[in-house]
Amino acid sequence: MSALEIRSLACSRGDSRLFRDVSFTLPPGEWIAVRGPNGSGKTTLLRCVAGLTRPDAGIVIWGGKPTSEAGTQFRSAMLYAGHAPGIKDELTAAENLRNALALRGAAPSDEALRESLGSVGLAKIRNLAARRLSAGQRRRIGMARLALDAAALWILDEPLTALDADGESMFAGLLERHLRRGGSALIATHHAIGSLQAKEVRLAS
Amino acid sequence: MSGFAWAFGRDLRLAWRHPGETLMVVAFFVLVASLFPLGVGAEPQTLRRIGSGVIWVCALLAAFLSLSSLFAADYADGSLEQMTLSPHPMVGWATGKIAAHWAATGLPLTILSPLLAMQYGLDAATLGTLAFGLALGTPLLSLLGAACSALTLGARGGGVLLALLALPLFVPVLIFGAGAADAQASGLSPSPHLSLLGAGLIVGAMGLPPAVCAALRIALD
Repeated sequence: MSALEIRSLACSRGDSRLFRDVSFTLPPGEWIAVRGPNGSGKTTLLRCVAGLTRPDAGIVIWGGKPTSEAGTQFRSAMLYAGHAPGIKDELTAAENLRNALALRGAAPSDEALRESLGSVGLAKIRNLAARRLSAGQRRRIGMARLALDAAALWILDEPLTALDADGESMFAGLLERHLRRGGSALIATHHAIGSLQAKEVRLAS
Repeated sequence: MSGFAWAFGRDLRLAWRHPGETLMVVAFFVLVASLFPLGVGAEPQTLRRIGSGVIWVCALLAAFLSLSSLFAADYADGSLEQMTLSPHPMVGWATGKIAAHWAATGLPLTILSPLLAMQYGLDAATLGTLAFGLALGTPLLSLLGAACSALTLGARGGGVLLALLALPLFVPVLIFGAGAADAQASGLSPSPHLSLLGAGLIVGAMGLPPAVCAALRIALD
């Protein structure tokens, strides 16, 4: 397992500077909560780390190498989930899950798919078109994906949005298991996640 | 599974689940191509003269119709981010999406074209040349259209902008495609036109996917 290191990252949107000189290290087995008021750049920070947005300055280092150089290696080890869950309305919950995993090179058996959808409470509606699912149920497809993916680093943007209390504790369980296995996570959230201790990165408005 | 196979399979499955778009493209093609004989008059000489050009313009406009949704739906629901952050190289899945777009629009148009062209009284050899020209030209339309569609992604008024960008780029394809059928109809060899179309397709297939990727990166930034 590799460590994620952020060195003096800076990003602006148009004329307004969102953040600058953000540095932290995320070792395996730990998670960092990115906090800050609305509009402080939490999503942008996560997108910069994931490699979607180009930062104005600073570098992201994974396993000792800048991610701009070891792109494929970093992307296979990293799982990003943004505001939009990437779920296709026309496909069923099971197909969406299978597609999302296949994109990352995993080919789980039908049995494993059924089991993981069952464990997030979607067993009965796994063959329903996703357009009929609620926002929380879509989030739960995302949780089933987290459970099946072997990524070492999770980058999650507000993963608790639209989840009920049961879903929140389920997510805390998933995160705990991930950290115990030596995984790490960078999570933008306003909530506490279970009783898991986290380092914090605070962004000022 | 490669990125190409993943995107190709997924987009074809989506097109199959949601056939409205393909059907709309095909219906547009059939309707517009059938309106011309009604408007121009049923004089065989005139129809034979304009036939291949009309079919080509109709196919081009029909292919254009479906372009706006090529990347926009994936952009809106977050799939595009997931594909960009997958371990697969971007060129692979972007090409897969373009290939699926062609299979869902360009291919049905190509298959239908000889049937529609029969309304214009074109002879068998010209029908064949027309279909062959479309088989070479419609993938190129999908490639050019994908680049324009990626460039206008996220822009306000993207639809009009897309028309302004894409339609002028389609002009050479139209000229050589319709030119091949015209040459055949007037007893000349269509091969110069077809060779140029084929060369265009090869250059497009090599050069345009990286351009699409660059445009998608800008849209996601």
